[in-house]
Amino acid sequence: MNPRILALGDGALTLEFGDRIDPALNARVMAARDALAALKLDGISDVVPTYRSLTVHFDPLRLDREILTARLLEAAQAPAKESALATRWRIPVVFGGEYGPDLAEVARATGRSEAAVIEALCASELRVFLIGFLPGFPYLGELPEWLRLPRLATPRAAVPANSLAIAGAQAAVYPWQSPGGWHLLGRTPVRLFDLGDAARPALLAPGDTVRFAPAGRDEFLRLAADVEAGKIGRQEWQAK
Amino acid sequence: MIEVLDCPMPASFQDAGRPGYRHLGVPLSGALDADWLAIANALAGNPPGTVALEVHLLGPRLRAKAPVTIAMAGEFSARIEDAAGQSRAASNWRSHALATDEILVTGNLRSGIGYLAVHGGFDLPQVLGSRSTYARAGLGGIDGRSLRAGDCITVGATNTRLSLRLPRPPHLPASPLRVIPGPQREYFTDAAWACFLNAEFTVSREADRMGLRLDGARLEHDSAYGADIVSDAVTPGTIQVPGDGRPIILLADCQTVGGYPKIATVIGADLPRLGHALPGQTLHFVEVSIAQALAARRQAAAELAECIAGIAPGSAEFNLDALYAANLIDGVIDAQQAN
Repeated sequence: MNPRILALGDGALTLEFGDRIDPALNARVMAARDALAALKLDGISDVVPTYRSLTVHFDPLRLDREILTARLLEAAQAPAKESALATRWRIPVVFGGEYGPDLAEVARATGRSEAAVIEALCASELRVFLIGFLPGFPYLGELPEWLRLPRLATPRAAVPANSLAIAGAQAAVYPWQSPGGWHLLGRTPVRLFDLGDAARPALLAPGDTVRFAPAGRDEFLRLAADVEAGKIGRQEWQAK
Repeated sequence: MIEVLDCPMPASFQDAGRPGYRHLGVPLSGALDADWLAIANALAGNPPGTVALEVHLLGPRLRAKAPVTIAMAGEFSARIEDAAGQSRAASNWRSHALATDEILVTGNLRSGIGYLAVHGGFDLPQVLGSRSTYARAGLGGIDGRSLRAGDCITVGATNTRLSLRLPRPPHLPASPLRVIPGPQREYFTDAAWACFLNAEFTVSREADRMGLRLDGARLEHDSAYGADIVSDAVTPGTIQVPGDGRPIILLADCQTVGGYPKIATVIGADLPRLGHALPGQTLHFVEVSIAQALAARRQAAAELAECIAGIAPGSAEFNLDALYAANLIDGVIDAQQAN
């Protein structure tokens, strides 16, 4: 599919590269974002990269729509490259039990042991495809084929904050308590959105990679207490 | 300082919103009707995007702990009670000086939402460049939550001499909402598109600052495409249609991305009207071109500027109120009998 421009009302344009979850498409989205940012166009309020598209929210009385359309189609030609700013993260997670109430069911549905599910999830280097849905909420992918399950038939009214969840080819961590229909496997002490870091309130950025690391219950509680007390900074979660 | 005595329905602080953070999943937020926010602020002698209280359906009772000027944009049924228990009507679309210990009872809101601005603005911390409340993530306003009894909010200035009124209040048109075909128009059959433009929809009870779920005709997805997309960006005014075929119009607090096909987008000029939609209200849609949408934006901006330019000193308050009190009821009855 050639990149094309879609109208998201009169105040936003979407540059669409395709309709699939695909790291190659996502890399083109990020390259187009960087190329557009370099132009420093006046009248743009937000630029939102997703799996497969780049949406520009703008003031059409300040920035001519035809000009923006042309610039976006030019930016779409930028060669895909991995962002120089991408960071590798290592996120500790306590799995199962009260923290991951769906682990047993996921193991049953996939015909594997709980240990095998944990091992497969933690063996994958997951790409951050986009941040959305909630402040700091990362869409991570892709999971091994056999671990891909449909969403819960009945979503939970309240998923606890910091829950690690999976659905389809995706994994995510809920930064806030919220309704949710994904399978809950565990809990992390890591804060994915922190206003204390004004320069980067969302920990993860598209293009980053994440590897989950199993933590015992005691280690989880100790880390959570240290995060709460401000003893642990965010650099702690960068992969060494 | 203003003290909240009670707040029966959700009310939140809103300003021009929180642009620039949607790539982090942070919604735009801000006033559902940015025009009325600007009018409330103009009546309070503030710049247009100053934070004000957005009130839904039934407004709070507020006590002035010190002299303060407060302005109301909306169809409130308000009165002011003084410390001795005397009550006087507080007319809409103007500023009112409250003396210490006077209580503003804002009452029912016929306009669905309305705005209360104070001269000098409410003294609240900026969070990511905005004071707008986004309750789901606890951002902005007072600790990121709705207003509640017992809250005390500091006011930026206490110039009680200010008195302004709006001679010609804005009216909300009843014409169909203007839309531009959406990014996923092709996900819907032509029959569904025709239905969308011709059918009558009703605002359901599932309506809040995130969006309005509509009852009425079901909009059928083209079976070649289905009802799911790989998530991409949405914006206030987006009309998305999940698998059940019931459209949802997204509003200021909507999430930044969504996984449902988007059939259309309400144009920017008509966004403020959506904030006033109440459960049970009927809605119609009409397709317009991008050029028409931009012309409508320019016209809306010009009308707002003209409206605000018409703000006059409020010294006529006494005469107007006396006139209304003396003649209004007789006048209405006479007019009905004449017909």
